Amino acid sequence: MTELIERAGAGPDAAGAPPVELSMQQAVNRALRTLLAEDPDVLVFGEDVGALGGVFRVTDGLQREFGDKRVFDTPLAESAIMGMAVGLAMNGWRPVPELQFDGFAYPAIDQIVNQVARMNYRTRGSAPMPITLRLPSFGGIQAPEHHGESLEALFAHTPGLKVVAPSDPAEAYTLLLQSVRSDDPVVFMEPKARYWDRRPVRLREPSDPIGTSRVVREGSHATLVAWGAMVHKCLQVAELAAEDGVDLEVLDLRWLKPVDTAGLAASVSRTGRAVVVHEAPLTAGLGAEVAALVTENCFRDLSGPVQRVTGFDVPYPAGPLEGQYLPTIDRILLAVQRTLEY
Amino acid sequence: MRPVPPAHASAAPEHISVDHLRPDLTRALYQAMRTARDLDAEAVALQRQGVFPAYVSVRGQEAAQVASATALDPERDFVFPTYREMASALAYGVDMVGYMASHRALWHGGLYDVMASRFGAVNAVVGGPVPHAVGWAVGERLRGGDGVALSYFGDGASSEGDVHEAMNFAGVFGAPVVFFCQNNRWALSVPNERQVAGGSVAARAEGYGMPGAVVDGNDAGAVYEATAEAVARARSGGGPTLIEALTYRVEPHSTSDDPGRYREDTEAEHWRVHRDPVALLRAAVLAAGHADEADLAEADAEAAGRAEEIRDGVAGAPEPHGSELFTHVFRETTEELTRQHRTWQEEVEL
Repeated sequence: MTELIERAGAGPDAAGAPPVELSMQQAVNRALRTLLAEDPDVLVFGEDVGALGGVFRVTDGLQREFGDKRVFDTPLAESAIMGMAVGLAMNGWRPVPELQFDGFAYPAIDQIVNQVARMNYRTRGSAPMPITLRLPSFGGIQAPEHHGESLEALFAHTPGLKVVAPSDPAEAYTLLLQSVRSDDPVVFMEPKARYWDRRPVRLREPSDPIGTSRVVREGSHATLVAWGAMVHKCLQVAELAAEDGVDLEVLDLRWLKPVDTAGLAASVSRTGRAVVVHEAPLTAGLGAEVAALVTENCFRDLSGPVQRVTGFDVPYPAGPLEGQYLPTIDRILLAVQRTLEY
Repeated sequence: MRPVPPAHASAAPEHISVDHLRPDLTRALYQAMRTARDLDAEAVALQRQGVFPAYVSVRGQEAAQVASATALDPERDFVFPTYREMASALAYGVDMVGYMASHRALWHGGLYDVMASRFGAVNAVVGGPVPHAVGWAVGERLRGGDGVALSYFGDGASSEGDVHEAMNFAGVFGAPVVFFCQNNRWALSVPNERQVAGGSVAARAEGYGMPGAVVDGNDAGAVYEATAEAVARARSGGGPTLIEALTYRVEPHSTSDDPGRYREDTEAEHWRVHRDPVALLRAAVLAAGHADEADLAEADAEAAGRAEEIRDGVAGAPEPHGSELFTHVFRETTEELTRQHRTWQEEVEL
């Protein structure tokens, strides 16, 4: 599987760069180091990101290396962290705030939706918001309540925001560079469950435009569409299905806004079937958007309705029930079977 | 514990003095306040004529706004307003046709250039811009500048969590911010007694590790001095200050409001007649010998002319083209938005 991802991730500028073994959390750290080093306007701040290096150690060593003016702790108030990012951007900085956990983004929703997302619009381009919000996201680590939320549909629904969720260390590195260098606000959703996913990776400069998906495994019978940690799960499903002679394609959507409609349609047109997998609850989730885009763009190529395998419409559950809430390999396989037998 | 500030209405003085201020300053304050008063009346008229869908009057708050904005340096400072800071914008030098365009609903946030004006966009989420001021100020210190951020908000907004978060951040970072609360007694229909626990916004400064000052918001000279002192402290590295300017909203909350449902007009009438900040300053300027009646008559005429000019400018400003719906959503637009732009061209613009 590693080879597959390596192959899929090998860009034109990868030649010569030796692979290094990194976890995703280390890859994000590397990206932040690259960004802090290349652009003196980049600032990293949030709760516990300084001396501690973040609760996931993503910012480990950054304050030591770049000083407490570039990497600093804030008081515990998510709305003010995002509001501060707005003011810093208006003073010429390129803020990279961290909100410690997905569920703690809710207290900052006013700043994110009412201010960050629309300041460029409201000021007719006078006050751009080159802010990248790093948000450890999604479930799968048996965390306390409010530490396992999937907010992508909320952010993707907000005009003015771009939203991305990397699925592995190499992707996390490249996509973070791309997000922070973008002059638009980006919500960068880091899949906590994959933070410790360690593998040899090539650290690559971005080559694909913002809003492109990638095929991580080619197949012909159906397309599994996923992002974040669910990409890994879909790859596992594809390996198991292959044992039964079912050849599944896995599409890592990566960008949840803008969604790669062309890439999605190209893959599903080829396979004729789609199963979209996400951790967030079903109703009004991004899977509905994916299903709509597929039917709008390749209806005649479809051999069956788009299947959705998602979290249930319940609050994110506590540890013992987490495994039953998140899409399981069996549920995804059953959805594959349903679409193949349709 | 800080003393509770003086009661709003009857205890406040009916005379002010500007004897201790520079004559050119007091004349400039008068000129801007008089212009704001006239422009405010023009705006109410435009709403009555159906040119503005709605308007929020600043009448009675001209001293608080003009004198505080005049204490700033528009070359290096930055103002973060909410939605009732027309007189501040005028005194700060903002393009007023662009500013009033927000009241004509030509563009949310107004049509003036926010960054060039160093005056933030009109913002109806009243607590929202307050942490922006802190972020700007922290950023100013980081780059070694000596600019100061001034954040306007009201007694209603003082209840917002963002305001408290922002003050705490400012205290922790020692940020060069002036928190300027215009306490106009009424947050739409809710009076101070039902809004501000403890009775004083300024008293909260102590809890956030900064000086708090209560000032008569209808005394232009007092407002100027309090703000200038806070700005000087912030500029020299002394950190944030909270100023509570006690004033009164003599007009309805907006042209859509009906204050008869929640307050006695006698209260507003008292402020309108006895505590009018423009009249108070006029009398004080004359008493100080900073100008005579002829000078002020000339100033009044100039103010009326400028207000008419702005009125005509905003009334005649072109409406934005429909394609601008899509122009500023992103710096780098998306294929999907481009597709929707085409849909608009084909199905809406026709």
